[in-house]
Amino acid sequence: MWKFFHQLASPPHFYRLAAVFSPWFALPGIALIAYGVYAGLFLAPMDYQQGDAFRIIYVHVPSAYLSLMAYMIMAISGGIGLIWRIKLSHAVAAAAAPLGAAFTFVALVTGSIWGRPMWGTWWEWGDPRLTSELILLFLYFGYMALRSAIDDTAKADKASAVLALVGVVNVVIVHFSVEWWSSLHQGQTLLKKGGPAMDPGMLYPLLAMILGFTFLFGSLLLRRVRTEVLFRERRTRWVREMVLSPEGS
Amino acid sequence: MTAKLSADNLTLIRGERCLFEGLGFALNSGELLLLEGRNGCGKTSLMRAIAGMLSLETGQILWNDVPVLKQRQTFHGALVWLAHRTGLKGDLNMLENLHFEESLRPQSDREHEEVFERLGIERLRRLPLRSLSAGQQRRVALARMLLADVPLWLLDEPFTNLDREGRKLVMQLVEEHLAAGGMCVMAAHQDVEINAPVTKIHLQ
Amino acid sequence: MNESIAQQPGIFSGLWATARRDLLLAWKRPGDVLNPLFFFAMVCTLFPLAVGPSAAQLEFSGPGVLWVAALLATLLSLNSLFLGDFEDGSLDQLLVSPQPLPVLALGKTLAHWLTSGLPLVLVSPILAMTYRMPWSVVPVMMLTLVLGTISLSLLGSIGAALTVGLHRGTALLSLLILPLAMPVLLLGANTVSLAAGNDIYSTGIWALGAYAIASLSLAPYATAAALRISNE
Repeated sequence: MWKFFHQLASPPHFYRLAAVFSPWFALPGIALIAYGVYAGLFLAPMDYQQGDAFRIIYVHVPSAYLSLMAYMIMAISGGIGLIWRIKLSHAVAAAAAPLGAAFTFVALVTGSIWGRPMWGTWWEWGDPRLTSELILLFLYFGYMALRSAIDDTAKADKASAVLALVGVVNVVIVHFSVEWWSSLHQGQTLLKKGGPAMDPGMLYPLLAMILGFTFLFGSLLLRRVRTEVLFRERRTRWVREMVLSPEGS
Repeated sequence: MTAKLSADNLTLIRGERCLFEGLGFALNSGELLLLEGRNGCGKTSLMRAIAGMLSLETGQILWNDVPVLKQRQTFHGALVWLAHRTGLKGDLNMLENLHFEESLRPQSDREHEEVFERLGIERLRRLPLRSLSAGQQRRVALARMLLADVPLWLLDEPFTNLDREGRKLVMQLVEEHLAAGGMCVMAAHQDVEINAPVTKIHLQ
Repeated sequence: MNESIAQQPGIFSGLWATARRDLLLAWKRPGDVLNPLFFFAMVCTLFPLAVGPSAAQLEFSGPGVLWVAALLATLLSLNSLFLGDFEDGSLDQLLVSPQPLPVLALGKTLAHWLTSGLPLVLVSPILAMTYRMPWSVVPVMMLTLVLGTISLSLLGSIGAALTVGLHRGTALLSLLILPLAMPVLLLGANTVSLAAGNDIYSTGIWALGAYAIASLSLAPYATAAALRISNE
C-alpha cells in the first residue's frame, strides 16, 4: 500500500498513472455535467422568486466550490512539498493554480450575471460571497505572480508554498470578516446557505454539476500535472528516452 | 576541545547547473580547508552550503558528526562567516556595529583596543563605516571575526580590497587561529601559503 | 581559542539587538521615517480634492479614508524592511546567527512598527480632525490603528521576506500583501464607523486584538521560513 504511494511520488510513474486515470475522471465528469445541464435547464422547476434567472447557479456554485477546493489543494500540496520535500507535490500546486484562478473568474462572472436581475447592476459590493471571491482571485494572482517572479523552480516552489499556506488562513478570515462587513451594511446576498431546503428537482442537478465539475477538475489537473512534470524533468533520462522512443507517448 | 567539520557525497544544483557532485571532506581542529577555483565555479555556493544556508541535492554537512541542520543554533554559534559583502552597516560606526555582534555570539575576552591596533583601525572608531575605504571596512570585518569566540572561521575571498600587508595580516591571523585549535574554511582564487595542514578542494 | 565557557547570549537578546540596530539606523536617517508620514497625509488630501469637501461626505468617509491611507503608507514602508540588509550582506549574517531567526525577524518588525505604525497613529488625530471626526471617536480610531498597524507590520514582513531581492519586488509585495490586509482594513475602518454612529463597536476591537495576537505568534515563523527560502 505504501509502495503505491511511494511510487506515486516518483515522476515517471506518476506520468504513466496520470495518463491512465485521466479518462476515468473526464468521462464521468462530462456525463454528470451533461445530465446536470439538461436537468438544470429543462427539468428543474422555476424558482418562485427569481424565475428562470436562478439557473445560472448550476455553473456558479460548482465554480465557486472548485475555486476554493483548488486553493486548498494548492496549499496542501505546497505544504506537503515543503515539509516532506516531494517535488511532485510542488508540481501539483503549480498546476492547480491557473485552474483555480479560472474557476474563480467563472464564479465571479456567473455570480455577477446571476445578481444583475436582482440588483439592477452588474456588480454589488455588498454581496459578501462575491466580494470574498474577488479577494480569492487576488490571492491567486499574487501566488502566480510570485511564482513567475522567481526564476529558480525549486525556490519558486518553496516560496509560493509559504504564500499559499498563509493565504489559506486568510481565506477563512476573509470569509468571516466580509460576512460581518456585509451584515453591517445590509448587503444583499444571493444564496442563503442553511435557508429553506431546496426542491429536490433543483437540488439533484446541482449536486450532479458539482460532482461533474469536480471530476472534470481532477482530469484537467492530472493533465496539467503531467505537463508540469514533463517540463520540470525535461533533462532527465526517462523523459529523453520516452520522447525519443518510437511510441513517444 | 577538538571539533570536526565533515561532509559526504555533496551535490548541489543551482538553477539548471550542477555545481558539484559527490564532494566530501573532513576537517579537524588546526586545519585549513581551501576552496580553489575561478570566479563563478561554485566556491561561494559551497561555502553557503557549509554555513547551512543552501539546501543540497544529496549529502549533508556534519559538525562533530551531527548534521548541521539538526543543530542549527549550536553550529551557528560556533562559526563566524566573513562574506564578500561584509554585513556591516555603513551608517553606523565601528563600535556600534560591533556592539550588535556582541548580542549574537559569544565574544572572546580579547581587548577591543588590542584588536583594533593589530588591524590598524584604532583611529577610525567614531567614523561611520561608509566614510571608510573598502580596505578599512574589510579590516573592521576582520575585527568582528577576531572578537568572536568561535572555533570555525568561514572566509569567502578574505583578501578582497586588502593590500599586500593586509593579506599577510589575514594569513597570520588564520595561522594563529589554527594553532590555537580553531579551524578554517577559505575560498580564494589566488595562491595561499600557510604554515598549517591544508586540504584543498578544486572546483571547476 | 578560549577554553573557557563563553557566555552564550540569551534567546531574546537577538530581538532587542536587531530592534536597537534598526532604530539606530532610522535615527540616522529620519527621512525614512518621515516619508511614509507625508504619504499618509497626502493620501488623506487626495480624497477631498477628488470628491469635494462637503462636510457630510468627509465625516462619513473619514474612517475609511484614514484607514486606507494608513494601509498604503504602511505598504510603502514595508519595502525597505529587509532590502537594506539584503544589499549589504547583513541578512546573510542574520541567517547564520545562532539566535532563532523568528526572534530576529520579530525584532526587525518591532523596529519597523515603531518607526512606521506608531508615528502614523500619533499623527492620525490631526488628520481625523480635518475629516471632522468627533473627538470622542478619535481614541477608538487610534486604538484600531495601533492594533491594525501591528498586524500589518507582521503580515507585511512575510511578504517582504518572500519578495526581498526580486526584480520588481516592490509591486509584487503590494500584490501579495493587500489581500492579506483587506480583513484588517475592513475591521478597522468599520469599527471606527460604528463608533462614529454610536453603535456597539467592541466586536471589531476584539477581532483586531485577536488578529494582532495571532499575527504576533505566527507571522515571525512564516517570515523566518520565507527569509531562508529567499536567500538560498
